[in-house]
Amino acid sequence: MSKVLMKGNEAVGAAAIKAGCKYFFGYPITPQNEIPEYMSKKLPEVGGEFVQAESEVAAINMVYGAAGSGARVMTSSSSPGMALKQEGISYLAGAELPAVIVNMMRGGPGLGGIQPAQSDYFMSVKGGGNGDYFMPVYAPASIQETVDLIQEAFDVADQYRTPVMVVADGMIGQMMEPVEFKEMPHRKLEDKTWSTDGTKEERKPNVINSLFLDAQDLEDHIIRLEEKYNLMEENECRWEEYKLEGAEIVIAAYGTTARIVKNAIDALEKDGIKVGLIRPITLWPFPKKAFDHIDSTTTNVLTVEMSRGQMIEDVRLALNGKLPTAFFGRTGGVIPTPAGVVEAVKKLVGGAK
Amino acid sequence: MAVVFKETKGLTDAKTHYCPGCTHGIVHRLVGEVLEELGVLGETIGVAPVGCSVLAYKYFNCDVHQAAHGRAPAVATGIKRVHPDKVVFTYQGDGDLASIGAAEIVHAAARGEKFTTIFINNAIYGMTGGQMAPTTLVGQKATTAPLGRDPKKVGMPMRMSEMLATLDGAKFVERATVHNPAGVRKTKAAIKKAFEMQINGEGFGIVEVLSTCPTNWGMTPVDSLKWLEENMIPYYPLGNIRTPEGGDK
Repeated sequence: MSKVLMKGNEAVGAAAIKAGCKYFFGYPITPQNEIPEYMSKKLPEVGGEFVQAESEVAAINMVYGAAGSGARVMTSSSSPGMALKQEGISYLAGAELPAVIVNMMRGGPGLGGIQPAQSDYFMSVKGGGNGDYFMPVYAPASIQETVDLIQEAFDVADQYRTPVMVVADGMIGQMMEPVEFKEMPHRKLEDKTWSTDGTKEERKPNVINSLFLDAQDLEDHIIRLEEKYNLMEENECRWEEYKLEGAEIVIAAYGTTARIVKNAIDALEKDGIKVGLIRPITLWPFPKKAFDHIDSTTTNVLTVEMSRGQMIEDVRLALNGKLPTAFFGRTGGVIPTPAGVVEAVKKLVGGAK
Repeated sequence: MAVVFKETKGLTDAKTHYCPGCTHGIVHRLVGEVLEELGVLGETIGVAPVGCSVLAYKYFNCDVHQAAHGRAPAVATGIKRVHPDKVVFTYQGDGDLASIGAAEIVHAAARGEKFTTIFINNAIYGMTGGQMAPTTLVGQKATTAPLGRDPKKVGMPMRMSEMLATLDGAKFVERATVHNPAGVRKTKAAIKKAFEMQINGEGFGIVEVLSTCPTNWGMTPVDSLKWLEENMIPYYPLGNIRTPEGGDK
C-alpha cells in the first residue's frame, strides 16, 4: 500500500478504525481534537458510533460500557482530560476490560499549556487511578510508529483483557508525515465469552465488575491481576537501540524527545563523541533488559525528557546503581533542541574525564 | 390449586443484603417481574450503581455491569450504542443519580439515550451511613446535617424528575411510590411502560420511586412508610410527568 501524508491525530483515528475500533467516546481538548473530529466523520461510515460525551469522566465510562459489551472501543484526550479519565481507567483495569486510550500530552500541572510535553509519565505508568494496577503504555516516536502501535494496542488489550494507553504529545498529534497502513498480522485472540450481550436465557448472567467486598477475595483478584502483569513484563517489553555499541554515553529518551536525541547523537559522532540511545517503546512494562545491553565502554547514562525528570526513576531502577545517571530536560511545552542535548552530553563527558 | 404468587425469573436466588423494611427489594422484584413478563430477560443488560444497590448485579437474572459512582448512565450509553437491539437499564439511588452522577443522567436524557432508569429516592445516603442527599427534605436530619437540612445553607431538595422532564430527550418520566399496595401496582405499571417505550425505540425513560430507609431515618419500617407518605409525597408529587402521547404536564 502506498504512503499517504497525514496529520498525527487523524492517523490515530484511521489506524484505530483499521484495527476494528467501532466505538469512540471523547471530549474536546487541545491538542488532540482532530481525533474525535475524525472519528465523528468516519465511524458512521463503517457502522460504528461516535458520542461526544459531556465530560472526560463520562467518556471513559461509556468506554467501560462498550468494552464490557464486547466491542473494540477507544477514547483520547490530553493531560488535564486524562487526569479526569483516571477513575474510569482504574475501573477498566479492575473489571479487566480491553480498551485503547490515547493521550496527546501537553504541559502541566493544572491547566498548564497546550504545547508538547511528556509530564504525564508518572500518571500513565505508575497508576493514575486508585488501586494496585498497571496497564501497557506505548510511546511512539513517529506517526508511522503510532499507526503501527495502535493495532498492537487493540490486540494487546484484547489478549490480556486490559486497558492500554498510547502516549504521544502535541508534536506527534499536530505534525504531518507520510504514513503507510500496513497489513499487520493480528494476534490470536479468544472470543469474548465474558462480555454482556444478553443471556438469551441460555447461560448464566455475565457480570462486569470490579467490586470485591471480601478482603480475601480482593487480594486474590489483585494477585491474579499481578500474574497477568508479570506475563506482560515477560512478553511485551519493546524498545529500540541506536548506536549502543561502544558508546561512551547512553541516553534514554522516548517519543518526540528520542527523535531530537538521535539528531544530537549524529552531531556528536561527527565531533568524535560516541553516544548511544535506548528508546523505550513500552513505558510500562519498562524495558529494563535493554539496560543490560549497555557496553562496558559506557561511563554515564543521561535521561532526556520533556519533563523535569520522571522516566529517570525507572532508568535508575533498571541500572540498579551500575552507572551514574544524569538528567537533561525541558518542560512546560519548551521542546529540547539537539544543541541543548549536545551541550548536556559534552558537560557529562567533561565531568567524566 | 391455582398459583397466585410465585418467584419471578427476573431475580436470582441470591439473598439480598438490604436492611429490614428497606423497599429496594420490592422495586427489584417489580423490575424482575416486568422483564420476565415482557419476555426480554435474556436480552437485557442492567447497570448497577454505587450505593445500597451496588450489589444489584447479584440479584437481577440478566447480564449486568457494575458502574462507578454516578456513571451508570454513561456506562449504559456505551452498552446501548454497542447493542441497540438489547434492553438496557440503570438502577440508581439518589446520591448516585442526583449528586455525583447529575451530569451523566442529565446528558443521557438530553441525548435521548434509549435506555430506562429506575431511580430510588429515599432522601438520604443509605450505604455510607445516612449523610445528606440532594433529595433530603428540609429539616430532615442526616449525619452531615445534624440539625436538619437548612435550605439557607444547602439549598432546597432537588426534584430530579421535574428537572429531567424539561429535556426533550426524556420521553417518559414518572414518579411513583412503594409505600402501599396501590403505589406498588402503579410503580410496576410505570416501570413496564418505560421498558415498553424503550423496546419501541422511543427514547429515554425514568421512573423515580419514593422509598424508605428505616435504618438511617432511625424509624421502624412501619413508621418509615408513614413518614414517606406524610413528608415525601407532598414535596415529591406522584404521577406521570411526561409521556410521548402529549401527556406533558
